[in-house]
Amino acid sequence: MNDKTSRRQLSPYATTNQTVTLAHGAGGKQTSDLIDQIFKAHFSNPDLTADDAAVLPAPPGRIAMTTDGFIVSPAFFPGGNIGKLSVCGTVNDLACMGAKPLYLSCAFVIEEGYPMEQLAQIAASMAATASEAGIRIVSGDTKVAGKGQADGVFITTTGVGLLTEGVRTSGAFAKPGDSVIVTGDIGRHGCTILLAREDFGIEADVTSDCAPLWGVVRSVLDETTDVHVIRDATRGGVGTVLYEIAAQSQVGIRLNAKAIPVADQVYGVCGMLGLEPLYLACEGRLVIVAPKEQTPAILNALRQNDNSKDAVQIGEITEDHPGYVTMTTEIGAQTILPGPGGELLPRIC
Amino acid sequence: MDKNRQSALEIVSSYDGPKLRIMETCGTHTHEIFRLGIRRILPANLELISGPGCPVCVTPVSFIDEAVLLALEYGATICTFGDLLRVPGTSLSLAGARAQGARIRIVYAPMDAVSYAKQHPEESAVFLSVGFETTTPATCLAVRLAAADGVSNFSVLTANKAMPGAYRALKHSADLFLYPGHVHAITGTALCEEMTREGVSGVIAGFTSDEILTALAVAIVRHREGAPFFVNCYPRVVRPQGNPKAIALMNEMMDPCDSEWRGLGVIPDSGMRLKASCAAFDARKKFDLPPVRGHANPACRCGDVLRGACRPHDCPLFGKTCTPEHPVGACMVSNEGACSAWYRYAL
Repeated sequence: MNDKTSRRQLSPYATTNQTVTLAHGAGGKQTSDLIDQIFKAHFSNPDLTADDAAVLPAPPGRIAMTTDGFIVSPAFFPGGNIGKLSVCGTVNDLACMGAKPLYLSCAFVIEEGYPMEQLAQIAASMAATASEAGIRIVSGDTKVAGKGQADGVFITTTGVGLLTEGVRTSGAFAKPGDSVIVTGDIGRHGCTILLAREDFGIEADVTSDCAPLWGVVRSVLDETTDVHVIRDATRGGVGTVLYEIAAQSQVGIRLNAKAIPVADQVYGVCGMLGLEPLYLACEGRLVIVAPKEQTPAILNALRQNDNSKDAVQIGEITEDHPGYVTMTTEIGAQTILPGPGGELLPRIC
Repeated sequence: MDKNRQSALEIVSSYDGPKLRIMETCGTHTHEIFRLGIRRILPANLELISGPGCPVCVTPVSFIDEAVLLALEYGATICTFGDLLRVPGTSLSLAGARAQGARIRIVYAPMDAVSYAKQHPEESAVFLSVGFETTTPATCLAVRLAAADGVSNFSVLTANKAMPGAYRALKHSADLFLYPGHVHAITGTALCEEMTREGVSGVIAGFTSDEILTALAVAIVRHREGAPFFVNCYPRVVRPQGNPKAIALMNEMMDPCDSEWRGLGVIPDSGMRLKASCAAFDARKKFDLPPVRGHANPACRCGDVLRGACRPHDCPLFGKTCTPEHPVGACMVSNEGACSAWYRYAL
């Protein structure tokens, strides 16, 4: 927990052993106490009122809107928690469309008995992440589910963003000759959650890459709007995103195995468990497909930003093998990246 | 280093001698050979055969049937590595048994099964112990700790395999072996020396691209010289004496036995089972299991694939009724299985 917000005195609940009860979801005084002392205390801003809906100025131009549900287990992990994740996920989906994040709504389903202190930490992380991403939390909802009807806390966030003029990105826009870029080492979030969730008896110092990425996207778009695809490589990892792009754009994608950045610890864990880093989730990494001639400028812009300082080109879009991701391996052989699918089951020896 | 690898790569990719068949007997080798695309750089007269190296692939139908029987008829809780779930039995896989209400728990190590048994004293937990000399010591350790802790609701259904018998049974299936580095890190190199005296050649290989290519290059060069040979190409991990502690543990708890390998039949002295002194933890004895005869799908050619007698796509089921999503044979189940690798890496 190196999150600086978590050390703040968060709310009157922060140092108590109180838990969320069904009464907190019943709509009466306890509900308003919960809202006041946990959510308002952290999310307070002029657009967040006690009224039924937020009333907001309509931005000029086109908007992007997205929604996402978060049920991560465990809710707290090295590098973040479900609160930070729920803001990053939606902010990053907007960013991938070239949209500047403006407004966020959030709905909580909280299991009866959930510790208040943890809820306060989650809210604090959401506030800090929203502030970092430049998005305002303008609306929220809280429901309490009976014990066993939910697992800890579930969060759904919806975001609205303002599209950047002149930007058109889509998984269907990749063209032969384009470069494929990742904005940093891959697989860290998936690896972190796997180690936190299952008792493999493996000690590894792996931290989630969870981060809001509008700043990263903006630094690219400030350089050039000639970008074809921007995708965040969340569930399913970079490999799944690449297969989706290959299918949507009807192109092949050839990767250079030697160029794919994987942290030593993640590589080691994958080796032991028989997992492919390309299929482990990231929560702070983008896949960018852009014309070859823009690549040096884009990489240069990315490397100025802390959240993308290790950006690198890992491959290119090809005409051959449409729908497939192929690989030039460490020994120079041409092979295929087996398609995504199935559960992530560790090998047994 | 780079220069060395280039030359190993060159030796392997430019081989132009008589037909040479090299069998790897380790699932991790199979997986890495496919991932690196090594087959794609081989000349036509150099063939790699994925022999019986993946524990899931060699586990016979009857073992799955025994586990299903234990779960459905005897009410045991089966604790198993995830890979085994989808391996077809005669009529049901463990996943199928789970759908019929059997209690099946996925574990990542034998000790997890002991912990589960401790936490659920009202259940009888049976760990499915498959694998080679790499995983057997962990099973032995779990039994020893369960005995020390008095965990009486824990037992083990063994299908542990030992490589010596397998090499002998397969010695006519290939010209030489790529011996598995992990196994020999435990058992040492004495067996390989012995195989050389019996006229069987091979090299112990590690698992990086450099290590695999170097081992193949050494094998090619030495094979050219004619005499049977053995070279340890993984000396940074494999010591001649192996891992004496692990060997002592296996000798203390287990006896060699004849063992059935899927597709290869019963191979003398190719398995390990708990000693009589550990009978309380031997599920077959504890539950007094009747002998079980499994029946594999007669069209499945996993056995021929494992012996190198055919390639996966020569099997009439391959890619049609047998796919990684719906496996018929064991070689299609695990990522390390030959059929699964051929299927997933086909372009």
